[in-house]
Amino acid sequence: MRVFVHDGSFDGVLAAVFDAYSRRAFPDMLLRKGEALPLFCDDVCEVHADEAKADRVWRALQKKLSPSSLASLVMCWFSEQPGSAEWIFRYVCKVMDSSMSIEGNWADKDVRTVLQWGKKVASERERLLQFLRFQKMADGVFFAAVEPLYNVLPLAVSHFRDRFSDQAWLVYDVRRGYGFYYDRKAVEEVSFPEPPKGLRGGWLDPSLVAEDERLFQDLWKTYFQSVAIKERKNARLQKQNMPVRFWKYLVEKR
Amino acid sequence: MIGEHVIGKLKVLVEAAKYDVSCASSGVSRRSQGGLGNAAAWGICHSFSDDGRCIALLKIMLTNYCMYDCAYCVNRRSNDVPRATFSVSELVELTIEFYRRNYIEGLFLSSGVVRNPDYTMERLVRVVKDLRLKHRFNGYVHLKSIPGASRELVDEAGLYADRLSVNVEIPNEASLRLLAPEKDFRSVFTPMSYIQQGILQSKEDARRFRHVPRFSPSGQSTQMIVGATPDSDKDILRLSSALYARPTMKRVYYSGYVHVNRYDARLPVPKTPPLVRENRLYQADWLLRYYQFRVDEIVDDALPNLDLDIDPKLAWALRHPEFFPVDVNKASYEALLRVPGIGVKSAQRMVMARRFSSLGMHELKKIGVVLKKARYFIVARGQDSPLFPDLGAARVRALLSVPGASRKAEALQLKLAFES
Repeated sequence: MRVFVHDGSFDGVLAAVFDAYSRRAFPDMLLRKGEALPLFCDDVCEVHADEAKADRVWRALQKKLSPSSLASLVMCWFSEQPGSAEWIFRYVCKVMDSSMSIEGNWADKDVRTVLQWGKKVASERERLLQFLRFQKMADGVFFAAVEPLYNVLPLAVSHFRDRFSDQAWLVYDVRRGYGFYYDRKAVEEVSFPEPPKGLRGGWLDPSLVAEDERLFQDLWKTYFQSVAIKERKNARLQKQNMPVRFWKYLVEKR
Repeated sequence: MIGEHVIGKLKVLVEAAKYDVSCASSGVSRRSQGGLGNAAAWGICHSFSDDGRCIALLKIMLTNYCMYDCAYCVNRRSNDVPRATFSVSELVELTIEFYRRNYIEGLFLSSGVVRNPDYTMERLVRVVKDLRLKHRFNGYVHLKSIPGASRELVDEAGLYADRLSVNVEIPNEASLRLLAPEKDFRSVFTPMSYIQQGILQSKEDARRFRHVPRFSPSGQSTQMIVGATPDSDKDILRLSSALYARPTMKRVYYSGYVHVNRYDARLPVPKTPPLVRENRLYQADWLLRYYQFRVDEIVDDALPNLDLDIDPKLAWALRHPEFFPVDVNKASYEALLRVPGIGVKSAQRMVMARRFSSLGMHELKKIGVVLKKARYFIVARGQDSPLFPDLGAARVRALLSVPGASRKAEALQLKLAFES
């Protein structure tokens, strides 16, 4: 059994593809560094995440795939699923081996897996854009706590930078303990080894928020309650569109 | 400055605006241009209210005082409801503060008509102008054009708003006159044509000059009330189809009538809004816009109303056995779209996937095609004996019909009685 061990980065997986083709030897298993090796393996090969190698594979993909399929591939990586490296590896190999474009082949399992996971992650990113709520802090920075299923925060940063370019903001991923801070000039990644103080269940302590924050939260709640038409109440549709797992971070549903 | 007193006003003016259905924020893509905000082409829904409707925009009225007395409207002059008026600065601040907290995509502003149409329209234009020029707000703005407002004001509004709209409300002029004595079709269609001319003019200019301000870049929309008048689905859909034939009409919304003014003898008092009928109208609307159906294929003089038990595409299919079965491996994209249960996405995937291998039922399922309805109308690899038309329209109809809302309620009552 042949095993490739990659370093756990997207570039590492692409480099694994490069190595497989240059050695003309394809792995039976693709493992992340530190994962336990299977009992019987006669050929273990460590892949060095060489940027040049990854870059060559990526450029080849750019020639053969549409931008939306490339995006699916990246999204699939951010799903953080245990099998995602292998899915991507197999998909890329299929793309390389085929003379015609395979990206529309929904009936193929590997293609479908990448497209489906790409879609799942893309919709989780979309939900982040929908249901993220900022709270204004006393120092004027807008803070939001989020808890996405997949690691989609990096994919959403460009949206928030463009949209809220004239306000400082901080978005914090509660589950993964890191976030992004924008100071009206540039975005930087910030990590929190332990949960920040003054944050309870995603909500800032009242002593930390701006003076008018409470008022605008009340106004929004009022808006939310008044805009519903009682005669048309439909809780099922509401939950379908706005899953309950987001509610604790929503001003109007808290 | 906004204070506690605004909460009460907000409540009144949202209650007044909530029967307007439109909440779309799509159709414009605008990057940040300094200042606050951008617009996403696909639109973003930020919340969903208890009735399941999307909340993308701050949907609100500038005032709910109104000089008109339209029977179907909650804000009619003769209604005894609390009235309120926002100042321009309050509304601007509210929009911006909500936007900064990622509550909304932008503003959907409407108003009751006070003093005269021009006076009202001018105040609406001032709100959007303040947002755009003073506060450099780049989010989405949808403005209601006031019937009877002058052309100059509509032209100015179009420069700052992303979408302008005028509601038809009643699909038939005689019914409109009866319910809204101060309005007629001219007062609705004149501003619509102003908007259309503005958009087309701006597009024409864009071809000739370098920098042309875009005019209402997301086009216009309108709304019709369903179930307040005896008009049939045929009347409604014919009007929709005629409106879609205009180059700038993006959406027609259908609003199931909620009896806001029970005392008015000109109006029916339904127990619940006609939600099933409204749903069927939207389905028919989709057939017009995305499935290349003509309106006379959906409703005609013989069948003026949509079938409430089955969707309009299934109804069409059962009336046209000669069209079926459709071979999923050979049929054109247009033919696939006519199969009940197959939507735009499924049809696209099938066309893509069949280039690689022929499709059987298993592959269709894997691709994500929902076969509940479709399986009666298609043949695929390994299944070449079609179910329809052999099975007969009546059988298929019985197998696939969703009992109407009324019957559902009855069934529920029976079941409860039995259990207790």
